Amino acid sequence: MSEAIKVPTMAEYMAEGKQPEVLFWVGCAGSFDDRAKKITKAFVKLLHKANIEFAVLGTEESCTGDPAKRAGNEFLFQMQAMGNIEVLNAYEVKKIVTACPHCFNTIKNEYPELGGNYEVMHHTQFLKTLLNEGRLKVEGGKFKGKRITFHDPCYLGRANGEYEAPRELLAKLEVELVEMKRCKTRGLCCGAGGAQMFKEPEPGSKDINIERTEEALETKPDIIAAGCPFCNTMMTDGVKGKEREGDVQVMDVAEMIANAEEL
Amino acid sequence: MQYIPNILFLIALVAGIGYFTKNIRKVIRNIKLGQEIGPLGDKKQRINNVIRIAMGQSKMVVRPVSGILHIFVYVGFIIINIEVVEIIIDGLFGTHRVLSFLGVTYDYLIAIFEVLAFLVLFGVTVFWIRRNVKKIKRFWSSEMKGWPKSDGNIILYIEMVLMILFLTMNAADQQLQAIDAAHYTKAGMFPISSFISPLFEGFSEATLIIIERTAWWLHILGILIFLNYLYFSKHLHIMLAFPNVYFGKVVPKGKFKNNEAVTNEVKLMMDPNADPFAAPAEGAEVPAKFGASDALDLSQIQLLNAYTCTECGRCTSECPANQTGKKLSPRKIMMDTRDRIEEIGKNIDANGEFKPDGKQLLGDYITTEELWACTTCNACVEACPVSIDPLSIIMEMRQYLVMEQSAAPNELNITMTNIENNGAPWPFNQMDRLNWKNEA
Ligand code: SF4
Ligand code: SF4
Repeated sequence: MSEAIKVPTMAEYMAEGKQPEVLFWVGCAGSFDDRAKKITKAFVKLLHKANIEFAVLGTEESCTGDPAKRAGNEFLFQMQAMGNIEVLNAYEVKKIVTACPHCFNTIKNEYPELGGNYEVMHHTQFLKTLLNEGRLKVEGGKFKGKRITFHDPCYLGRANGEYEAPRELLAKLEVELVEMKRCKTRGLCCGAGGAQMFKEPEPGSKDINIERTEEALETKPDIIAAGCPFCNTMMTDGVKGKEREGDVQVMDVAEMIANAEEL
Repeated sequence: MQYIPNILFLIALVAGIGYFTKNIRKVIRNIKLGQEIGPLGDKKQRINNVIRIAMGQSKMVVRPVSGILHIFVYVGFIIINIEVVEIIIDGLFGTHRVLSFLGVTYDYLIAIFEVLAFLVLFGVTVFWIRRNVKKIKRFWSSEMKGWPKSDGNIILYIEMVLMILFLTMNAADQQLQAIDAAHYTKAGMFPISSFISPLFEGFSEATLIIIERTAWWLHILGILIFLNYLYFSKHLHIMLAFPNVYFGKVVPKGKFKNNEAVTNEVKLMMDPNADPFAAPAEGAEVPAKFGASDALDLSQIQLLNAYTCTECGRCTSECPANQTGKKLSPRKIMMDTRDRIEEIGKNIDANGEFKPDGKQLLGDYITTEELWACTTCNACVEACPVSIDPLSIIMEMRQYLVMEQSAAPNELNITMTNIENNGAPWPFNQMDRLNWKNEA
């Protein structure tokens, strides 16, 4: 991915008097975090591959306010939300896809009451639709037969009841999916949610991401698959903490699909 | 003289039900001290939930062993209550096995009651072993010391005793029927108590009558005591679970409540044309405070949640913070809330109205350390078999801490300042948001 990728903005579409099929909400992690930026690029690559007309808000995007709301700052959250809704509504956005379950949850569930009504999809749901509609084709490629365990993001799984989309994508990659003991509705949090990502944990006997990583490692995976940039960071840190980064990778499902294609 | 038992029975019944009603009224009054809830909607889904989650126990069987045993006890108690109807009629009118005119149906009914009584006894015994011998972790957390621990066991003992009395009564009755004792109608089928009955073989009629009557009386008095014990225990769930599930959350778990009061203020701030004097006129009251610091700031549903909580600890055992040794326990959040609203209720009973007692839920019961350990993962909400939402209370208390007291942990204050200034939780410039596309 050395060549600069084409990422049109809503402003550019507007200037041409056109509407993209979908708005890709990149999110703060996807925009600024070095690890998450790779997920963003992988997803953009897939969008191009499937010939999707998409756009981003670019510099007009701002934090959804999720960490502010979960930290208890309803005021800041609503300021952020209303600012974003103003921008989204001005562009008459109808459909949004995002690779961050927190952005997904907030825009989908908490923006409507503040005047923002959109069809919102998590990128795993979106990719699933593309595959089902035949707009994107995926075969096992280099992940075929690899042992993969999937870590359910709380804000995709329990919060919104989506457990199957990422697993269906993994099935398309013909991986050997091994579930952790605590999965799906009973999946253990990675420890990042509720603004924990941005603070030190309270005193305890263990860090949550270590507890979760240990459980993931028990499945003897080649790859720990994730669907959230924050889970990704937490699990990556966990794998490093356990000194297993040599043989276990943490990858977003979208990255896996994009990488499988390269073969 | 011959009516004395009937009169005693009537007195016991009226006293038992009367005292119970009085206490339940208190529970309802206390719940109503909470903030009013707006129109509910989603009636269909709510009824559906009651059928599935409360009646159908769908969440209980997520843990199969305790789930199935609990179904024994639950079905047992509901069905055996039919027997209580007969007992009440017999007690009031001096009849014996008044429903025996049902003939074969009656025989089968009694047989079913007996089998269920046995299953209840079995279930309750295993529950006791799980609590006291196997010492399952969730029953031994720090909030389960003292009264909550005894409470759990007392309930199991009462249930055991009630079932044993019921079976003893039937066993003696069988002997009495066999010796053609007057008044003892030949009726019923006794698949379980027929194993106890041989113990009473050869007893005189008088002795048998004493055994049968004693068991009968203790059984019904036991039921009345149990009924009145509910109010003082975590066992109110046998009634409150149904309304509680009805009022439970029906929107996606990730959708947290919108704080309307804040919305009004933010709208005013963001709209340059807004008339700053228009808002109060619309009837949108400015709330006394943002978020919750005491039980009275919580909603009626949250208080109902607190009374419904049966302290099973399923929430806590799924909580990532608790599992990694943090102080936070969602069960404790519910227990504290109930203790505090009870305390407020007693304060009102004593003073006619609530007299400030210098205490509040936040700080005196729930510490900020607990509140800040939550990852908002919803595991507790998902785990609760009766649709309690401990997370909503945590969130409202965080709102109070942040918006009323600016008491967030310092790192979070930095995060929030970043969001405010740069539109991201990190100190990056919003203008650099699209730089990734040019980075190799
Ligand atoms: S939402 Fe909070 S209290 Fe509930 S299980 Fe998760 S971390 Fe624990
Ligand atoms: S909140 Fe629900 S899961 Fe937690 S202890 Fe109470 S009843 Fe059990």
